Amino acid sequence: MPQVNASGQPYEDDAPEPAPAPAQQASTDALDDLLDEIDGSLQVNAEQFVRSFVQKGGE
Amino acid sequence: MQIAEVPPPLEVEPSRRIFGLETEFGLHVVAPGSRPITPEEVAGHLFHSVVQWGRSSNVFLTNGSRLYIDVGAHPEYATAECDTIEDLIALDKAGERIVQDLVAEGEQRLREAGVDGQIHLYKNNTDSAGNSYGCHENYLLRRRADFAGFGRQLLPFLVTRQIVTGAGCITRTPEGAHYSFSPRADHMWEGMSSATTRSRPMINTRDEPHANAELYRRMHVIVGDSTMAQPTTLLKVGSTDLVLRLLEARVLMPDLTLAKEMQAIRDVAHDLTGQATVELADGSRMTAVQVQQAFLDAVKSHVGDVIERTDEVDSILDLWQRGIDAVRTQDFSSIDTELDWAIKHKLLMRYQDKLQCELDDPRLARLELAYHDVSPERGLANRMEAQGLIRTLVSEEAITRAKTTAPETTRAHLRGRFVREALASGRDFTVDWVHLKFTGQESRTVLLKDPFRYEDERVDMLLGTLSQ
Repeated sequence: MPQVNASGQPYEDDAPEPAPAPAQQASTDALDDLLDEIDGSLQVNAEQFVRSFVQKGGE
Repeated sequence: MQIAEVPPPLEVEPSRRIFGLETEFGLHVVAPGSRPITPEEVAGHLFHSVVQWGRSSNVFLTNGSRLYIDVGAHPEYATAECDTIEDLIALDKAGERIVQDLVAEGEQRLREAGVDGQIHLYKNNTDSAGNSYGCHENYLLRRRADFAGFGRQLLPFLVTRQIVTGAGCITRTPEGAHYSFSPRADHMWEGMSSATTRSRPMINTRDEPHANAELYRRMHVIVGDSTMAQPTTLLKVGSTDLVLRLLEARVLMPDLTLAKEMQAIRDVAHDLTGQATVELADGSRMTAVQVQQAFLDAVKSHVGDVIERTDEVDSILDLWQRGIDAVRTQDFSSIDTELDWAIKHKLLMRYQDKLQCELDDPRLARLELAYHDVSPERGLANRMEAQGLIRTLVSEEAITRAKTTAPETTRAHLRGRFVREALASGRDFTVDWVHLKFTGQESRTVLLKDPFRYEDERVDMLLGTLSQ
């Protein structure tokens, strides 16, 4: 019996390799995932949040 | 007590340099609906544990660095003396972790004081009201007579390096918003002077070498943006060091003296195409890309003689060239995991696209703050690093180690040892960049004027008195 992989299909040496996802695409997805994740918290009172950050003095 | 000889200055290679970074952190309390709370009160809660062990809100740490509450009630962290950029990056990142470690207790104490809120610490350079605060770079120079001339040669480099090492920011104007290279550029008012707050110069000339003043002086650069991405720190400090090496070797450099530095730094900041020209003293005009390329070419032409070729030098030159090329070609994809302004640009453009909003939308300003938040959970730069979206150069282990351990090949090693052993002994002590002393009349003060010296019999003897 030929060895089968998880999908139940026999391995075929001459089968075309799946094209590797370009690195650019991978980082695009990771960035989108990150933005999706934080989107909710960034939207809450964004204007008030930003305006309340005032720093005096320094240097 | 036995008196040890003051050791002579160490003979060190001319290429060896001491680096340091001073970072002012933005302090932001978000507590909607709470009673009014002053920054001083927040800083007090934040530094409670520091005052507990250090009896002061101005302390030196076992890693040799200084942590304190600056004027205006925000944390400032000054790295110990580093003689490699790798150490400097580790110590700089360690500083982010050290101040962040204070946040949980600060929030807890605020709650006990009736304020339920979050404390955010930003490693950035501007607030919402137009105030600016700095990231100051220190480079130890061999003393020479013509410091002013030296500074003048460096200024065109400092004015234009923002196209590669700027932190990037959305600039809001009455005519609309645009993306700029550097948030700090609009806050510079002079080329060189001894002021810091009233009139902010790019090079501060205050002569405080914290070392033997006959041999050394300090190049104190205050025009730079705070950097989140480690490769940006490498390029900011590394390229400046390489240009300084050429100037110290008195290499003949092209005269790129600018006619109007203040105008130039603003024009460069606000032109993302890199095509805006700056006027030189001789009346000619060059783009920021051309000025940076001229400095890079000068450096490259001396690799192998004035500048010894190392892997680090190669990686600085490579990133510097890729940064310039990215601006020239307007294809930022080759640097958008390494240089802060390009990383933020990608982040902001993606979020803007998602929200379908204008560039001046407050949600994008909120995203900018999140990028610079030093929290591992709330901070976006940290999250992006963890996701592999920002390249790192030093390991997390090295950063963790740098929180408590000083660089081993500079004076910081002696200071770190002293602080560690003095704290363990329970004896009162005083320490600054050049002095170590146990409190009490019988104790001598050890003066450490050589920032390169990391072994000193006098320190051994001073610490030896602890076991007596």
